[in-house]
Amino acid sequence: MCGIAGIIYRGRTGDVGRDMARMLQSMRHRGPDSTGYALYGEPNELTVMRFTLADPTQHRDFDFTERLERNRREVEARLAKLGASVDRVQGESEYAYRATFRYDGELKPLADFVEDVPGAEVLSLGRSLEIVKDLGDARSVAEQYRLDGFRGTHAIGHVRMATESDVDIAGAHPYWAYPFSDVAVVHNGQLTNYHQWRRRLERMGHRFQSECDSEIIAVYIAQRMSDGLSLETAMKQSLDDLDGVFTYLVVTSDQLGVAKDEMAAKPLVLYEADDLVALASEEVAIRAVLNREIDTYDPYEREVLVWSR
Amino acid sequence: MEQVTPKSSHRVDHRGLAEPDTKAPMIATVAGETAEFDAAGLTPRQINLEARRLLYTEGVTELTIHNPGAQHSIAVGLLTRCRITINGSLGYFGCGLIDGPEIHITGRVGWSVAENMMSGVVVIDKNAGSLTGAALRGGDLVVRGHAGARTGIDQKGGTIIVGGNVGSMTGFMMQRGRQIICGDAGQGLGDSMYDGQLYVGGKVAALGVDCVEAEMTDADHELIDRKFRIYRMDRPDTFRKFVCGKKLWNYDNLEPTERKLVL
Repeated sequence: MCGIAGIIYRGRTGDVGRDMARMLQSMRHRGPDSTGYALYGEPNELTVMRFTLADPTQHRDFDFTERLERNRREVEARLAKLGASVDRVQGESEYAYRATFRYDGELKPLADFVEDVPGAEVLSLGRSLEIVKDLGDARSVAEQYRLDGFRGTHAIGHVRMATESDVDIAGAHPYWAYPFSDVAVVHNGQLTNYHQWRRRLERMGHRFQSECDSEIIAVYIAQRMSDGLSLETAMKQSLDDLDGVFTYLVVTSDQLGVAKDEMAAKPLVLYEADDLVALASEEVAIRAVLNREIDTYDPYEREVLVWSR
Repeated sequence: MEQVTPKSSHRVDHRGLAEPDTKAPMIATVAGETAEFDAAGLTPRQINLEARRLLYTEGVTELTIHNPGAQHSIAVGLLTRCRITINGSLGYFGCGLIDGPEIHITGRVGWSVAENMMSGVVVIDKNAGSLTGAALRGGDLVVRGHAGARTGIDQKGGTIIVGGNVGSMTGFMMQRGRQIICGDAGQGLGDSMYDGQLYVGGKVAALGVDCVEAEMTDADHELIDRKFRIYRMDRPDTFRKFVCGKKLWNYDNLEPTERKLVL
């Protein structure tokens, strides 16, 4: 089933970590398997990378902790090797890390070089995007990663009921649009031409973290945008290119977009106001962050909507 | 290994019934046959139990529920004549499986409102989600705003009136009853419908399989006028009527396996 949510503040920053956790927690019945957040903090000159070195479902052998520490040092060494001056690498949980560094080069070689470290997976890479995902409901993930104090401009999130692939961090949303800086996607639905697109995109040199069909959307949008299309045009084209049922949300450093398939098979409720736009699979999620009476509507089939902050 | 397990706030018993031990919260103020209560902070099951207690055992016939907070499955399965005002918005599956009540919702509703309603009236002041009036059997369902995709899917009776637009596949596989749509209809209108009538005041994006336009008769005009008088709505000047083309009516044809049996 899955539940998705998005929020974008207009012309201001807000407690985006707390708000998104509330939205997702109110939809926990739609997906108890895992929860993910794509949060946008204040843009700064440092590049932020969120990465994991193991999965919570993984068997822990006797040198688990040692190996993780060794691999973390290896990631740091590799960043330095590519000319990034590392600010800090911080452990966010037992197996997830947040690195900040100064770096002006291409992101793709950097992501590839880091992921070459055994067990390493880059969750997000950009100037303001930070993806946090783990098993459990929204509140436990938010507590684990201390998202309550996260201030920012916009965010999307996802609660997952796994239908197409395993319950692990790699299968959890949001997906970073590798190797595109600051782009992330969440998706509710199933894609039926997944293998076709995966082969096509792999031939273009993209890598996939998981067996999850939703990852296609992130990489597809990134590919289209690197071809020079705007976010909105890329999303419109996806309506013809992707088969199946979907409602998905895309975020970039300053935009939030939503697209629905031609049967409007998956739900989405939308609330637009002067100070914010909030959208979610269920209205309870929007009401979880607003304490006023609100008026919402459902977008129709084949609708693509994009908001700027 | 630290395994994070989802913490659920309510229990489900072996039959799948949520919150099996919950009792009606007894918070309503009752004055003769009228009653009202504030649903803020209550779970859907508590709201429904309180409504049932009032309507079935306290002899209440006019009930007002405040602050439903867009929760799901509110006011379902009520089988008694009564008047209910819901002051706010509902989530999914609101007012489903009812027989008799007259319900007025001042906000909006999510998917599948009044699903399988047998009789009664449901009036929604704002927008409705998809699958509005799915498998409706009887009664009137009025949406003053817009309704989503697949409005009146599998409808088997009753009347759906929409003041605004409807989404794609409206009237999909409907078997009886009628829909009066003042605004525009999305693609696939009346797809694979067996019977019934669809009246559309605005534009139709595309007709579905085996749905054809028909002549408006005096009886059609009279019905529409009467319904709009009852619900005090502005009616568009003209309506187009769509019915089943009967090209897919293959009731006499036997399946290959059946043919074998006959021989």
